[in-house]
Amino acid sequence: MSETRTIKVEALTRVEGEGGLHVTLDGDVIEDVKLSIYEPPRFFEAFLQGRPLTEVPDITARICGICPVAYQMSAVHALEQALGVTITPEIRRMRRLLYCGEWIESHALHMHLLHAPDFFGADSGIELASRFPDEVGRGLRLKKHGNELLEALGGRAIHPINVAVGGFYRAPRRDELQQLIPDFEWGLDAAIAATRWVATLDFPDFSRDYDMVALSHPDEYAMNEGQVASTTGLRIDVTGYEREFEEQHIAHSTALHSVRTHAGDDGRRDEESCYHVGPLARVALNFEHLSESARRVADEVSFDASVRNPFQAIIARGLELIHAYEEALDILRSYRPFRPSRMEYENRAGEGCAATEAPRGLIYHRYAVADDGTVTAATIIPPTSQNQRQIEEDLRDWLPHILGNDDGQIADDCERLIRSYDPCISCSTHFLKLTIDRRPQ
Amino acid sequence: MSPPVRQTLPAVRPKPTLAVFKFASCDGCQLSLLDCEDELLAIAGMIEIRYFLEASSHFEPGPYDVALVEGSITTPHDAQRIQDVRRQSGYLVTIGACATAGGVQALKNWADHEDFLRTVYARPEYISTLATSTPIAEHVAVDFELRGCPINRHQLVEVIAALVAGRQPRTPSHSVCLDCKRRGTVCIEVAQGIPCLGPVTQTGCGAICPAYDRGCYGCFGPAAQPNCESITRQYAATGTTGAQLIPLLRNFNAAAPEFRTAGDRVAAESSSGGGA
Ligand code: SF4
Ligand code: SF4
Repeated sequence: MSETRTIKVEALTRVEGEGGLHVTLDGDVIEDVKLSIYEPPRFFEAFLQGRPLTEVPDITARICGICPVAYQMSAVHALEQALGVTITPEIRRMRRLLYCGEWIESHALHMHLLHAPDFFGADSGIELASRFPDEVGRGLRLKKHGNELLEALGGRAIHPINVAVGGFYRAPRRDELQQLIPDFEWGLDAAIAATRWVATLDFPDFSRDYDMVALSHPDEYAMNEGQVASTTGLRIDVTGYEREFEEQHIAHSTALHSVRTHAGDDGRRDEESCYHVGPLARVALNFEHLSESARRVADEVSFDASVRNPFQAIIARGLELIHAYEEALDILRSYRPFRPSRMEYENRAGEGCAATEAPRGLIYHRYAVADDGTVTAATIIPPTSQNQRQIEEDLRDWLPHILGNDDGQIADDCERLIRSYDPCISCSTHFLKLTIDRRPQ
Repeated sequence: MSPPVRQTLPAVRPKPTLAVFKFASCDGCQLSLLDCEDELLAIAGMIEIRYFLEASSHFEPGPYDVALVEGSITTPHDAQRIQDVRRQSGYLVTIGACATAGGVQALKNWADHEDFLRTVYARPEYISTLATSTPIAEHVAVDFELRGCPINRHQLVEVIAALVAGRQPRTPSHSVCLDCKRRGTVCIEVAQGIPCLGPVTQTGCGAICPAYDRGCYGCFGPAAQPNCESITRQYAATGTTGAQLIPLLRNFNAAAPEFRTAGDRVAAESSSGGGA
């Protein structure tokens, strides 16, 4: 005789934004898994319409406090495409540097304050700090470096003010960047130590057969640009993104889900499938472009492009942390103030799209602009929207492993898996307010 | 119209309890607390964090001595929830432009809500949201407001330290301009003719934008007694159009009364053909 159990996580913790989880079990049969977002909608795509395009990087930054740079970078690239603006190699390099700052800040935060506590049964990074003061203290210092870099180049860490369509309002002075070098030298070693530490964590034995999607670039670890690639063989220009991926508004679901509608030539054409974006996907697709020390540490801890264990995303974050430090140091050491700091352009009607790699995965923007420089349409697809269905699918597979536990523990274990994605729920450009159907028991 | 600000502090325990609540927002302001890398562990030693979903899986029911509230009210459910938060909280501090002025999402206050729903959602009927985004002080009494989009983390530390010490927090209310002078930034309005809201915007950021060669867009909201009328007339007289001025006044603090009035006036004058 089976009995219906409902497991709820009313409020997901140690994630950005607000969401919950609802699982319905009939005996041991999983009836329903719903990752729910109850973040109030904020309508960015609607109120961008009619605004001057120059404001887009300032406004889209406000979608998310943890990864504002990702929104700014995808926005400026998409708008530059619409306007036919070509940036200089110096501006391109500085944009990578800015992105390094965000990866460092966000990855260090997630690894130490949000995710690591799970592996020790701690409730918070602050609690973890009482047991591992050196490790958490080191993590906080790494996080601070990311913020310092964002401040020097972007003006401030949350919602940088120096990002413009065409480039930067002002190129940093040499001393503003050079003074970061000693910290970053220390930080590179510390990032390596932090990655070695997270690699020793006790990971559940759980791997999935993901369709992983990330940008890929022939010469570099893809961050700001590249083709959209997948581990199942997709490789397209970003302009084709909306032909292959689709956001759906489903009646019974609580949030927009992005699905892959065309899975290439493996026979699943025209089917819908979920896919995985984020650091694991990036490492899987771009392993050979990781910096030398990152690859060395990866070898040492037996992590490679084939890893598909979602819990091990924390190691992938560590490898990217090392990479970001190395690349940042390289740029900082050779930095010379550049001119122009920003490309001039004439307003013209047009359309453009771009994708970049936010710390938690691929982010896509498309804009249409009128000839007077106002925005007429905006589409923004954040990483969490793309990972949502994948997270639900993961939970369906993960639940049988943990069903023997009591409900509280099951809820904790589910939350832990969700957290490994570092979902950024406030990136809710268009998530729904949910209502939950509770099954009568 | 400023909210009622309580002048005396409630008596708090030696180790006050703290809760952090989120409404419609980007999380940037509560992230500022985690961005206090140097002070975080010290703060955690001074206060007892009882509710902070972004940082901890452990939370306890109220009442709380101090509540930090981020975000604006945009749904019927949140309009209820803030009442609950008020009841549970001794000293309620709103943090950031969303909580103090409705935030960037208050831009919908000027638009047709149904239109917005249709623009963003394929199935608008599943959405439950208010037609407006309003600051916390329009719903409940607020004891202290910390401005900024995002807030300045040093000011946040000052507020927490003051509360622990049992004194009023000290945050300046003068304009960004004054900090430009202190910082030695050449006025970009005077030197380059770039419209700048620095004269009417409250400081707190350290006058960042002019130092990076751009005009202030008012992310800390209006300074004490700003003369928005005079500055907009001045900019209009020197060639700035209404189409440039309106979005400048209507962004992250669009619904702050002084900016709202100024923006509406410029909009009315531009559409009546009277120039900005
Ligand atoms: S005030 Fe600005 S930084 Fe703070 S939560 Fe709102 S949008 Fe984010
Ligand atoms: S917009 Fe104004 S208040 Fe905001 S950071 Fe820039 S100068 Fe400071």
